[in-house]
Amino acid sequence: MFYREAGDFKTSYSADNQTFPIKFDRVGYIVVMLIAFLVIPFIINDYWANAIFLPFLIYAIAALGLNILVGYCGQVSLGTGGFMAVGAYACYKLMTSFPDINIFFHVIIAGGITGLVCVVFGLPSLRIKGFYLAVATLAAQFFLVWLFNRVAWFYNYSASGQINAPERTVFGIEVTGPNTEAWATYLFCLVFLVASALIARNLTRGMAGRKWMAIRDMDIAAEIIGVNPLKAKISAFAVSGFFVGISGALFFSVYLGAVEVGEAFGINKSFLVLFMIIIGGLGSIFGSFAGAAFLVLLPVVLKVVGVDMLGWPTDIVAHLQLVIVGGLIIMFLILEPHGLAQLWRVTKQKLRLWPFPH
Amino acid sequence: MKKIFVTAIAGLMAAGPVMADLVFPSLSYRTGPYAAGGIPFADGYADYFTLLNERDGGIGGVAVSVPECETGYNTEKGVECYESTKGAGALVYQPLSTGITYQLIPKTTADDIPMHTMGYGRTSAANGDVFSHTFNYPGTYWNGASGGINYLLEINGGDIKGKKVALVYHNSAYGKEPIRTLEELQKKHGFELSLLPVDHPGQEQKSQWLQIRREKPDYVMMWGWGVMNQVAIQEAANIRFPMENFIGIWWSGAEHDVLPAGDKANGYKALTFHNVGRDFPVFADIQKYVVDAGKAAGAGDQVGNVLYNRGLYAAMLAAEAAKTAQEIHGTADITASQMRDGMEALSITEEKMTALGMPNFGPSFDVSCMNHGGPGLVGVTQWDAASKTWSMISDFKATDMEVIGALIAEDSGAYASENNIASSCK
Repeated sequence: MFYREAGDFKTSYSADNQTFPIKFDRVGYIVVMLIAFLVIPFIINDYWANAIFLPFLIYAIAALGLNILVGYCGQVSLGTGGFMAVGAYACYKLMTSFPDINIFFHVIIAGGITGLVCVVFGLPSLRIKGFYLAVATLAAQFFLVWLFNRVAWFYNYSASGQINAPERTVFGIEVTGPNTEAWATYLFCLVFLVASALIARNLTRGMAGRKWMAIRDMDIAAEIIGVNPLKAKISAFAVSGFFVGISGALFFSVYLGAVEVGEAFGINKSFLVLFMIIIGGLGSIFGSFAGAAFLVLLPVVLKVVGVDMLGWPTDIVAHLQLVIVGGLIIMFLILEPHGLAQLWRVTKQKLRLWPFPH
Repeated sequence: MKKIFVTAIAGLMAAGPVMADLVFPSLSYRTGPYAAGGIPFADGYADYFTLLNERDGGIGGVAVSVPECETGYNTEKGVECYESTKGAGALVYQPLSTGITYQLIPKTTADDIPMHTMGYGRTSAANGDVFSHTFNYPGTYWNGASGGINYLLEINGGDIKGKKVALVYHNSAYGKEPIRTLEELQKKHGFELSLLPVDHPGQEQKSQWLQIRREKPDYVMMWGWGVMNQVAIQEAANIRFPMENFIGIWWSGAEHDVLPAGDKANGYKALTFHNVGRDFPVFADIQKYVVDAGKAAGAGDQVGNVLYNRGLYAAMLAAEAAKTAQEIHGTADITASQMRDGMEALSITEEKMTALGMPNFGPSFDVSCMNHGGPGLVGVTQWDAASKTWSMISDFKATDMEVIGALIAEDSGAYASENNIASSCK
């Protein structure tokens, strides 16, 4: 009834190609943005920020990055944890070496550094494909974690090998360190997420994205129609690395504040982000958000329901969570290989016809 | 989508955790590769407070609640647990994880909640002048490292020059902690130290033990936790390394670490800062008020294990600190800030421990503003595979505070200048 194209006339090419062709979606997008920027900062507290919003925002950036590589360009990567570690350690070195530069730029530069590292590890993708590439990126994961554990320069020779985020401010308001306000850290990450999503959306619907998708769908055919696989694949690795690096930098500096590479950026992290985009939907911006929200919220919801409301033992709930996540991944792979994003797409199709489907 | 989730959560959160009078959150881990150590500690911690509730009606007449939160030894979940329990009036945190400790040191200080990291965490937090809200009495890793070397000196007649000592350690903040101290002690006593890191979670140690077989060190020390301990002891047995020359830190010396290797683990040694076994009057009370009443935490099968005793000891120290805080501030219903004062004024004496049914359970000590690390007395225990028991073979003895004190001053000074921390002791 409200959700339809009819009557919403478009008179220019750009209007025809906009992200939200339906008015209801456009309004909904603006309302979500207003709530995110103008309502949540006033009601957020430490628990909500640290247990739900910060992990969601940060993982959503990581999922966006990985989705560009895996979902759009078809290059399977198991190195996400290692690349996040590059972002975190780059950010730490920048923060401690150049304390006068704003943390905002440190995070962006950390993303750039990660992009470069990602390109180096992406070079084998020109020769090897599929499972073999997955193994090559797996090597990146282990190598990077080993590197940050082994070379003391990366953690400024501290005795424990931990890196700690010093206090840094944006416009005079603390965003890292222990004395931060929940709303400040939330807004800081939100700005990065919104900017990343806008960039990712516009990249993927432009020429770069089309090249990636051509490579993904059939690389030989793409080559024949004039897509340079070297440039396409390397640019996908670079852009993906940039976003993953930003998420790693935020993960360390804003969210955790102290990080140990093997524990925070191990192989589990790579799988977690991969599960996010599989459950959320490969090759979809919305899917990155949905997958991140799902895997961040699920444990919290299960814990609140199981432990706080039903009073079950904590270990049973923790085990149940593993069973449920595992079951869901199998279920999604069988029933809806395109993830939550596809469910959302189907819902939208149905909404267009509602309430008179015939 | 997001909105639906958010409203769903909001509904659930409204039914939040139950408020009680004195809240001692237990950030435990009963799952994952470190669960074998996490379970007995969490059980001991919970059982002691259950005992206080059942027998004494709480602490100073106020009931105690121990909300448990599963961290899985994972820092992200640790943060979530911290945030979800601190609102309920948490008095003290004991995360039982060095990684989570590093995370929480600045946060607890900012939130004015004390943290007790008994025999783990950041060693330089012993300097209370810098780390106002972090306590690690009665002993630290560096006391452990020094205690281990002192024991080697003792059995070698005071001279270990030229002896080869290998350190097998968990490649994390936890395992790296003793290295600095051992390097200093190496200079002082002239032994040769070799370092063998083991990556998380520690199931793969073939190459490290091959190296040990090749280099033939006289002694092996171990900083391990969780599944790593069992694997290391098994591997040591496989290369026929003499067990009596193999010494673990206190986190590598519990029943579940040695049992898988069977008789071959006989003679393995571990350091400790509290007594072992269940030969204490308090266990009769636990049996009567907790276990027989069906109120034991977990499966209730851990009573008297090394790590159960450690959980019990941690709970006892927390309860005594709460009593001290109640006396100082003249109120039974203390806040986290008052609890911190209580911990700083804590005095554990032999009479006190005897009155609690735990005679000679740990060393006597006083905490002060400058010293949050306690006396750092270290004992040695040994495993008897035939009777399946640990026993103390060396009493609690002083460690090399000359070396450790200098290192603590150096490391805490660096932390203070990095974070602009002013002196908190007057």
